[in-house]
Amino acid sequence: MKPFTVLDGLVAPLDRPNVDTDAIIPKQFLKSILRSGFGPNLFDEWRYMDVGQPGVDNSGRPLNPNFVLNQPRYRGAQVLLTRENFGCGSSREHAPWAIEDFGFRALIGPSYADIFFNNCFKNGLLPIVLPANEVDRLFKEVDATPGFRLRIDLDAQTVSTPDGRTLRFDIDPFRKECLLGGLDDIGLTLRHADHIREYEERRRATQPWLFA
Amino acid sequence: MPAKTLYDKLWDDHVVRVEADGTALLYIDRHLVHEVTSPQAFEGLRLAGRQPWRVSSIVATADHNTPTDHWDRGIEDPVSRQQVETLDANIRAVGAKAYFPFKDARQGIVHVIGPENGATLPGMTVVCGDSHTSTHGAFGCLAHGIGTSEVEHVLATQCLLQKKMKSMLVRVEGPLGTGVTAKDVALAIIGHIGTAGGNGHAIEFAGSAIRSLSMEGRMTLCNMAIEAGARAGMVAVDDVTIAYVRGRPFAPKGADWDRAVAYWRTLHSDPDARFDHIVELDARRIAPQVTWGTSPEMVVDVNGAVPDPAAEKDPVKRNGMEKALAYMGLAPRTPIKDIRIDKVFIGSCTNSRIEDLRAAAAVLKGRSIAANVRLALAVPGSGLVKRQAEEEGLDKVFIAAGFEWRGPGCSMCLAMNADRLEPGERCASTSNRNFEGRQGPGGRTHLVSPAMAAAAAVAGHFADVREVL
Repeated sequence: MKPFTVLDGLVAPLDRPNVDTDAIIPKQFLKSILRSGFGPNLFDEWRYMDVGQPGVDNSGRPLNPNFVLNQPRYRGAQVLLTRENFGCGSSREHAPWAIEDFGFRALIGPSYADIFFNNCFKNGLLPIVLPANEVDRLFKEVDATPGFRLRIDLDAQTVSTPDGRTLRFDIDPFRKECLLGGLDDIGLTLRHADHIREYEERRRATQPWLFA
Repeated sequence: MPAKTLYDKLWDDHVVRVEADGTALLYIDRHLVHEVTSPQAFEGLRLAGRQPWRVSSIVATADHNTPTDHWDRGIEDPVSRQQVETLDANIRAVGAKAYFPFKDARQGIVHVIGPENGATLPGMTVVCGDSHTSTHGAFGCLAHGIGTSEVEHVLATQCLLQKKMKSMLVRVEGPLGTGVTAKDVALAIIGHIGTAGGNGHAIEFAGSAIRSLSMEGRMTLCNMAIEAGARAGMVAVDDVTIAYVRGRPFAPKGADWDRAVAYWRTLHSDPDARFDHIVELDARRIAPQVTWGTSPEMVVDVNGAVPDPAAEKDPVKRNGMEKALAYMGLAPRTPIKDIRIDKVFIGSCTNSRIEDLRAAAAVLKGRSIAANVRLALAVPGSGLVKRQAEEEGLDKVFIAAGFEWRGPGCSMCLAMNADRLEPGERCASTSNRNFEGRQGPGGRTHLVSPAMAAAAAVAGHFADVREVL
């Protein structure tokens, strides 16, 4: 996993609540057995005028000029500004895979759906929660300021705005460590293999039917 | 001992160890696996040279990509076929407690086959790379969806890294009216608390209305917990739970059964247990529900009307409503009963069990689908549900009414196979999500109960099932 330390990135706004994972990456692309290559189909139904299919070259497809990520001013954005309950719906990890593959490294919003939120951390993607009024202000600033960037410092847990505001955010210490170090959490868990075996033996004695 | 919630009990029984910041290593009893969210996990395991920790925890099936008709032709879409064949190969390579591949007599939707085979047992932790894993909470399980990285983590370690969620009690008291089902209760709850209402929480459903539900009804309700934002929904164990589990193929037998039942009887919240949030609904006030928008919280009574965004004060919400109405092709204040439909889908992990098919068939008996309904699909949740329905003659009722009687699978709930809506088509669907494009690009989904879907099929537009029963 790519470590996340400091990011100074262009911000793109997606101004609608309850963006679901079907919108982030439609079902036909879930047929892939790979982890990569989902970026060109991120927000496929909003982004293109036609219906996308897996295994098809996306470069010649007609773009929807009204979709925000198609606007030249947001090209190369690395921070996605979102509204509440972003990533609701299906547990598909293809959603963070697509967001990361597109080039985003961080999201900023007032809230995320639980499974999506969790999946982000497994992919070096930082979902930042800020109060709704701060997010609202950022939406206005992004809209009013072409080239609007934010500086995100994970170690300091801060988001810095161009006009000098510093917004603090919370993050679980364990998740922060894993992101900062780009750590593989399976490897971390397997350090406790003896604990897992002890637990299993205990339960095998009291609830043997679970191990049949 | 301090009073505990059901969630506290399930959590405490599965904690292997806890980190300083409260992140726990939680042991997983049952790992359900399907073809869509597992290939990258098996691949990751292989690349790291790791072995699965406990193969006997795995129960697998192919459900999302499988066709529901013309099984003799196999899976015609080569990309779908490759994904299903990848699951076949992965299970062949690592093993499983049970695998129900495409065309197997017991194949079906993963959240239907787990319970019906007794692979879902009270007190278990159950995970699957699928958000509707919350379904299994109906058995007094801690059950929730996980991403593919976590599928790999569970394969490799039999554990998940978890922080304890907050607890929410949703209490529904009183008798449910005739024609009002678990689906209507679920939609009414989501309409009340919103699709983000349960974020960060495990929900326990309780109260006399919940106790009165069958296991099928409880599964429908817990299935939709994720649509309220809660990864996990659960119902305490009672006689109904134990009667359902008894005699299932993977249920404990003999002395183990008695020991298990004694433990399962403890799986309820203590009377004075404390919840972080409590929500109360009066069952008598719940009418059959119909969604009008592109989020399950956009729902009203069948006798209501599409709301007017102009009346919404919150600009973010108003914007969401306007976008939803534009997508759905609906005008504000349109009576729900005036909305005409093109297709009907009865199926999905929410509503494809025997009781769901019986409820729809009771409405369809002696009636026919309306002329404007182009396609009506009945898709049983599993091969076993299909067989039972056919033994009861339900297939004949569906077919006589003009429905197509299909083979089991996820089908038009998410349209990964050939069953889908065409752009602009409007569907009365017993599934769980009315998101844009969910049932096919441009498709318009209205979520309803099986009985309401049947009533809409007959009328050609939404109708109050209580008037036809």
